[in-house]
Amino acid sequence: MPGVLRQGHLSVWVALAVLILFGVLRYDNFASAYNLSSFLGYNSMFVVISVGMCLVIMTGGIDLSVGTVAALASVVAAMLSPQGLIVALPGGVAAGLLAGALNAGMIAGLRLPPFMATLATMLAAKGAALSLSDNRTVPVDWASDFTALGMNKVANLLPWTILVALVVVVFAWVVVQRTSLGRTVLAIGGNAEAAHLMGLKTRRAEVFVYLFSGACAGLAGVFLASGYGAGQPLEGAGWELAAIAAVVVGGTLLTGGMGSVPATVAGALLFGLVFNLLNFENGRGTFSLSADWQSVIRGLFLLIVILLQARLGRPALKS
Amino acid sequence: MTEPLLQMTGITKAFGGVPALAEGNLSILAGEVHSVVGQNGAGKSTLIKILTGVYRRDGGTVRWQGREVDLRSPREAQAAGIATIYQELTLVPQRTVIENIVLGYEPKTRFGMIDWKAAEARTRAVLDRFGIDIDPHRPLGSFPTAIQQLVAIGRAASMEAKLLIMDEPTSSLDEREVGVLFGVIRALKAQGTSVLYISHFLDEIFDVCDGVTTLRDGRTVGSARVAELTKLDLIALMLGRSAEDIRRAGMTELAGSARAAGGETVLAAEGLTTGRRLRHLDLTLRAGEIVGLAGLLGSGRTEAARALFGMDRPTGGALRMGGKAVSLSNPRAAIAAGLAFLTEDRKTEGIIPDLSVRENLTLALLPRLSRMGVVDEARERRIVEGFIKAIGIKAAHMDQPIRELSGGNQQKVLLGRWLAIEPKLLILDEPTRGVDVGAKREIQAIIRQRVEQGCAVLLISSEFEELIEGAHDIVVMQDGRTTTRLSNPGVTEDQLIHAMAAGGAA
Repeated sequence: MPGVLRQGHLSVWVALAVLILFGVLRYDNFASAYNLSSFLGYNSMFVVISVGMCLVIMTGGIDLSVGTVAALASVVAAMLSPQGLIVALPGGVAAGLLAGALNAGMIAGLRLPPFMATLATMLAAKGAALSLSDNRTVPVDWASDFTALGMNKVANLLPWTILVALVVVVFAWVVVQRTSLGRTVLAIGGNAEAAHLMGLKTRRAEVFVYLFSGACAGLAGVFLASGYGAGQPLEGAGWELAAIAAVVVGGTLLTGGMGSVPATVAGALLFGLVFNLLNFENGRGTFSLSADWQSVIRGLFLLIVILLQARLGRPALKS
Repeated sequence: MTEPLLQMTGITKAFGGVPALAEGNLSILAGEVHSVVGQNGAGKSTLIKILTGVYRRDGGTVRWQGREVDLRSPREAQAAGIATIYQELTLVPQRTVIENIVLGYEPKTRFGMIDWKAAEARTRAVLDRFGIDIDPHRPLGSFPTAIQQLVAIGRAASMEAKLLIMDEPTSSLDEREVGVLFGVIRALKAQGTSVLYISHFLDEIFDVCDGVTTLRDGRTVGSARVAELTKLDLIALMLGRSAEDIRRAGMTELAGSARAAGGETVLAAEGLTTGRRLRHLDLTLRAGEIVGLAGLLGSGRTEAARALFGMDRPTGGALRMGGKAVSLSNPRAAIAAGLAFLTEDRKTEGIIPDLSVRENLTLALLPRLSRMGVVDEARERRIVEGFIKAIGIKAAHMDQPIRELSGGNQQKVLLGRWLAIEPKLLILDEPTRGVDVGAKREIQAIIRQRVEQGCAVLLISSEFEELIEGAHDIVVMQDGRTTTRLSNPGVTEDQLIHAMAAGGAA
């Protein structure tokens, strides 16, 4: 069976389809090019960090630092923006990689629990972002080509960011599906003892997932700065939880050992979509929901999808 | 003599129609240290779990302190005065020794607050009684396992337990700690507390127990005073032989006769040591030869395999491959050197449950299957297809998660995993345990075929038949040492049993 639609991940695709259908039927402008492209532009950030998180969680780990690392990378990219995209993009990703290397060193090297190690990086990245930016948003250089990434669209419809995100998704998917590294990632999460006995390079795989997650967070930060015209040191709070939620909704167990990259993408889009639909509902004026209440509704939605998953018969979820 | 403290009579228990206990009898006197022995599957743990209220019995009676009782839960058993010290500790390592000792039974002041003075006094009394000299204000987890275990025992004793059950209490202790534990057991006995002492190590039973009950195939086959038994008697009882038969067989030829040498030596261990459980391993493994490794539970067979495969670091002795000393510091190095190890414990050391049959089968082969890290899936599928046919793995398709397969088929996948790397030496730890008869034969046939192709095999097994029919040579272990090498053809079961029990018979 193709990996995209494995039975356990079906619920997230069904939910996604149902919500899209609901939106198309209920709101006039939902299917408009404008909504689609702004939706994809905004959510490309969440797609990349969720995919990074997905690989980490497959090993049974967690990366709490992605939100503040993205904020840090947005500051770094904004500061480098006068040099153009060619410098600012790699610069932002490098900031993310650095944070990922820190995580990898603590987890694979010093054997610290991922929760603690990435919590430390989360705080460190926040501090670094604030001190680099002097606690202010850092405007980008509009004269350079830096904002083209976040603001230009292919055929006036697809933002460049979602296309870049797609490349990341495909890369992660190929790694998981086709490489021995990907097998090792799943084997560590499934049974670390057995993976070790099999002579698999478990450390290398751990280093890889944290580097990758860091790079993804860095890329999301570049998207942020490029798409919204500023490096934002205070952005990114709670993104790690959104990413974890996307991974879980996509059917990946927090204990690791299984999971799906495409379903994680669907999970990330699903969350963005709930937000999007609530905005439309607000726009109709039937009732008005504050952002706080939208968050509550998203939480409820997460619960429903997870219950749905359990119902759709995934024995592993019960254990 | 008055009535025993505990009298279990004619206990029966079946799981899903399969009888685990057909006739379990156990009688323990007050102030006695008693043991229950039996091979794996004899019904030992079922009997004890019925006593501790974990399982409900199907039939039979339990008399406790002269009254017929029905212990329906661990809680009821505990309330009745039956306390269990589990292998894995069940105390709270982060809290102090005092808190652990009084946990759930804290002395209270008049105002309903915990009376810490009284708690400390109680704790000190318990520790003094067993001669444990530690600071009770420190977290329990800061002490060695042995001390933690003693605290657990002290806690149980302070709760006025009449019977203390200890399940393999020495498995993680060193020799000195075992001495301290035995001191505590004797102190308990002197106070009139009974102890049910479960251990694979027969020497320990002869050291510390007064009585011993033997189970075999779900039945109690004997109960005796330890003083009236020899170790050989006990082993004979466990295995269902007469001691006389074993002794006589032992009189015949034991020493390894000269036999046609196998192929070249693949791996040789000389006096390999990793600790208390593996003290001295001498082993030569040749191409095209199956060497069986025999010994009672706890004799160090699995530890020997772990040492060869680089899982435990040697503290002494040497390992040679092709005449050169080698050090295999981890499983990856061992695999690179051409070794493969099918572990005894499929669940924790073998399968990756959510991965497919295909992915599980090729895990060890991955480095050779991938080019630039990308797995050649077409080749992978061909190889897996080949193994599924050759070994007869019954799966819906190769992408089915391995957890959905039967035990025998999981085992075949794991065997296939190792065969796929075409090892020079295949170490098999109980390869056919928990596998149905049909799969068992198939697995044995596959092993034989590989040996004919020149693979060396180390076969660890508790089944005499498997060893005697399958192995060219059988090496016997006792107390972490290799003691005897028997050469086939011509080895008899009685000879083998005698060699396994030789220490006790001497």
